[in-house]
Amino acid sequence: MVNWDPIEKIVAGVSSGELKAMDLVERALKAIDSGREFNAIIAKIDDRARRRANNIDKEVSKGKYAGRLAGVPFIAKDNFLVIGAETTAGSNILRGFNAPYQATAIEKLESEGAICVAKANLDAFAHGSSTENSDFMITKNPHDKTKVPGGSSGGSAASVVLGMAPFALGTDTGGSIRLPASFTGSVGYKPTYGLVSRSGVVAMASSTDVIGPITNSVEDAALVLECMAGRDNLDGTTIDRSKKQYTDLSIDLNGKKVGVVSEYMGTGVEPDVKNAILSSIEKLKKTGVKFQEVSLPSLPLALASYYIIMPAEVSSNLSRYDGQRYGFSHPKAKNLEDSYNWSRSEGFGREAKRRIMIGTYVLSSGYYDDYYKKAQKVRTKLINEFSEAFNSFDFLIGPTAPTTAFPIGHKAADPLEMYLADIMTVAANLTGIPSISIPLPVSGLPIGMQIMTKQKNDVQLLAFASKVEKEL
Amino acid sequence: MKISDVITEYTPTIGIECHVQLKTRTKLFAGVGNDAREAEPNTLISHICLGMPGALPVLNSEAVHLASRAAFALNTSPQKFSKFDRKHYFYPDLPKGYQISQYDEPIILGGYVEININDRLRKINITRAHLEEDAGKSTHPAGKDYSLVDLNRAGTPLLEIVSEPELHTAQEAKVYSKELYLLMRYADVSDANLYYGNMRFDVNVSVSKSKELGTRTETKNLNSFRSVEKAVDYEIKRQVELLEKGQKILQETRGWDDVKQKTFSQRSKEDAHDYRYFPDPDIPPVVLDDKFIARVKNEMPIMPSNLRKEFLPLNLDKSAIDTLIDSINAAQFLHNVISRTSTENAKRIAVWLAVEVQSIVSTGESTWEKVKLDIDSFIRLSEMVSNNELSSTAAKSIVGELIINGGDPKKIAKDKNLLQLSDASELEEIVNKVIGDNSNAAQDVKSGEMKAVGFLVGQVMKASGGKANPNLAKELIMKQIGIN
Repeated sequence: MVNWDPIEKIVAGVSSGELKAMDLVERALKAIDSGREFNAIIAKIDDRARRRANNIDKEVSKGKYAGRLAGVPFIAKDNFLVIGAETTAGSNILRGFNAPYQATAIEKLESEGAICVAKANLDAFAHGSSTENSDFMITKNPHDKTKVPGGSSGGSAASVVLGMAPFALGTDTGGSIRLPASFTGSVGYKPTYGLVSRSGVVAMASSTDVIGPITNSVEDAALVLECMAGRDNLDGTTIDRSKKQYTDLSIDLNGKKVGVVSEYMGTGVEPDVKNAILSSIEKLKKTGVKFQEVSLPSLPLALASYYIIMPAEVSSNLSRYDGQRYGFSHPKAKNLEDSYNWSRSEGFGREAKRRIMIGTYVLSSGYYDDYYKKAQKVRTKLINEFSEAFNSFDFLIGPTAPTTAFPIGHKAADPLEMYLADIMTVAANLTGIPSISIPLPVSGLPIGMQIMTKQKNDVQLLAFASKVEKEL
Repeated sequence: MKISDVITEYTPTIGIECHVQLKTRTKLFAGVGNDAREAEPNTLISHICLGMPGALPVLNSEAVHLASRAAFALNTSPQKFSKFDRKHYFYPDLPKGYQISQYDEPIILGGYVEININDRLRKINITRAHLEEDAGKSTHPAGKDYSLVDLNRAGTPLLEIVSEPELHTAQEAKVYSKELYLLMRYADVSDANLYYGNMRFDVNVSVSKSKELGTRTETKNLNSFRSVEKAVDYEIKRQVELLEKGQKILQETRGWDDVKQKTFSQRSKEDAHDYRYFPDPDIPPVVLDDKFIARVKNEMPIMPSNLRKEFLPLNLDKSAIDTLIDSINAAQFLHNVISRTSTENAKRIAVWLAVEVQSIVSTGESTWEKVKLDIDSFIRLSEMVSNNELSSTAAKSIVGELIINGGDPKKIAKDKNLLQLSDASELEEIVNKVIGDNSNAAQDVKSGEMKAVGFLVGQVMKASGGKANPNLAKELIMKQIGIN
């Protein structure tokens, strides 16, 4: 396992010429090769990465500024469109698809000198909580090869923990950054909805999809966010970035009010997980943070609501994969009808089909009001309850997941059981609030603590999480 | 049974949906050129038009602006809140598998179009108008085992304007369509070029003997006022014929065969899709503030119905008014003329526009966009006629010169030697000569046969090359012959 320095330190080294971007890229590529058994990576982007590293080293040698992420290798979940490698979204239907343009997030990171070295495995189309739904391979948890790394950004989280790069990008639609961060002991950050452009990222559920970093520390996450955040004229749902730098992590813990979400601490939560949270709270009390239990009565409905809204959007977003313009097109189809049916039947995996079926059903005339519309009402209720809670609390906390990483194959046969893994993360997606999962100091499998705050309060959340990380 | 005998027992009911292509520079959700007219297939496309993975639509604010102008043209205001929805169906010219449209909260609700039917003004109410993206174009080459898709048009902004079913004849349908066309041109929201399909009409037609509406058919994609009229006419007759035979009307979508001048069945209601509309999560709702709405209202030009009212005191015939209104330039020019001069001058100028200028335009010598319409020159020219400096015939010939080359009408008249002889001494010579040459006629006048005066005036006009002021000529003839 390779241990990477904090990103800021790496950048300082590259910028001063002390470190070579090329060496960092080689180091990352080597770590990727030696960690192959974990199935974290779908493809390397070696040629382009080396070219970029070479350019950066040249620029630096000429005394030019090479950016806030100069020479830093990173790994993108394979639902980001990146030039130089296929973008498969972990699915057979997109196998062989070469992106003709790049995701805005990638563009922004590259413009700051970061170098994408590989594409990480994921549940196909990000549909899953364990990375077992990848059409290609199952990613293994770096802490225990018999366990899942969580999902759907399981490849990204595993790659960071395995030292393949200092950071990775993930997407979080219902918990897909935070859950794998929790299961692998990394930091997973889900920013406020709209803070990072979704342009060039294979859509799952457009109204909850968020892009964020998976890192070794909150400080690293803040720097990566700093380089990606802000309005994008290719994504109409993006919002203005904060005027304050996300890397400004100064905060006084004393007197901060934190709500402990009672719905997240009840039955169904493993004792180890609950105890890890409780003992962290005890430690933090010494810093002057005020804790109080808080209940959000509609939270138990969040998961059900999410599993209606999300598939509705999924069924719509997956319509474009029709075998006509790109991706898998059934070679034996002789007419349009067959081409549609066979390309989609064979191109999509079971979980994608399940979500297309559910989504199509809940949007059908006669069912729309009972399902989709009702789910949106629940969503509005949740938004109201959360904003009310944030009138009294600066932050809300709880576990990121009710359990630690579960064994591979354990839940794969039962989709409902698998959906329950998202029970503590989906609310942040439905309400658009920022949320972070940070690893707690435990001896066994990693356990993550989730910290949430109100929309657009990302700067404060990162600062708080960073202090908490240090205090624990 | 003859249809003509029974058709009057039925009341036809007609509603019209019109797709207006908005003249934005770029597409509705992509920064790609919108003018697909002469472009090679699939050259005006981007990852957004292609429905690539990760491609997101971003709303073109100019389309919202133009739709807001259209709202005022339809005598209403744009909605302060509207949103976009996805309409799902699979077709190769629909790359995303859904069309972005506005389902239950469109940008325009209500409004009306005022039409003139046999000199009676009627308001045809508008149900709604919504923004949506056009699909691409599929072609199916005959005898080939493939189809071709051109996505240049995919994502072009359309405003679909839906009328209430308040039209009752084919003529009304035609007049409504024509008026809508004028409104869209005056509001400057569309090039409204029918040849290029910038406006396409779908007509919903039903017939009934009672107050209850009959089953309707929808004939789609009509691209001329004439085909609107013919298709409605055909559908009314077809439906009455079926009902008279005791058969039922099928609720269906029909097409129009311009060669056979017939509608034909395309698909029945049983094939109707469940489009699974839901709000597009990629596009935030459109919220218009009062300031924006007021600004758009202020920038609106004068519209045809107001112009017609303004032209009323000029007592022009209907075809002249139609000609003027058809050309925005002519109508707006006349509008300015009216505010600047007398009714007499305005009327004279109106006729020049409707006849002289129009004939130059229709011969292709120039266009309404190119002709020089200088308000001062036209008023001066008209005043010269009022002041007997110029005959009306001579003035007409100067109009042609004015609109092509411009210039000072007086100078043109002088250069062309067209100024009237209003100087008595100059004219007297001609009069004397004419009387001398036509002594019989002069004798007739003397003996009281006043008809002969006209003849003599005509001779004077002829001898002067049309320049003589006829009134002065007559006066001088009478004086010379000795009659007062």
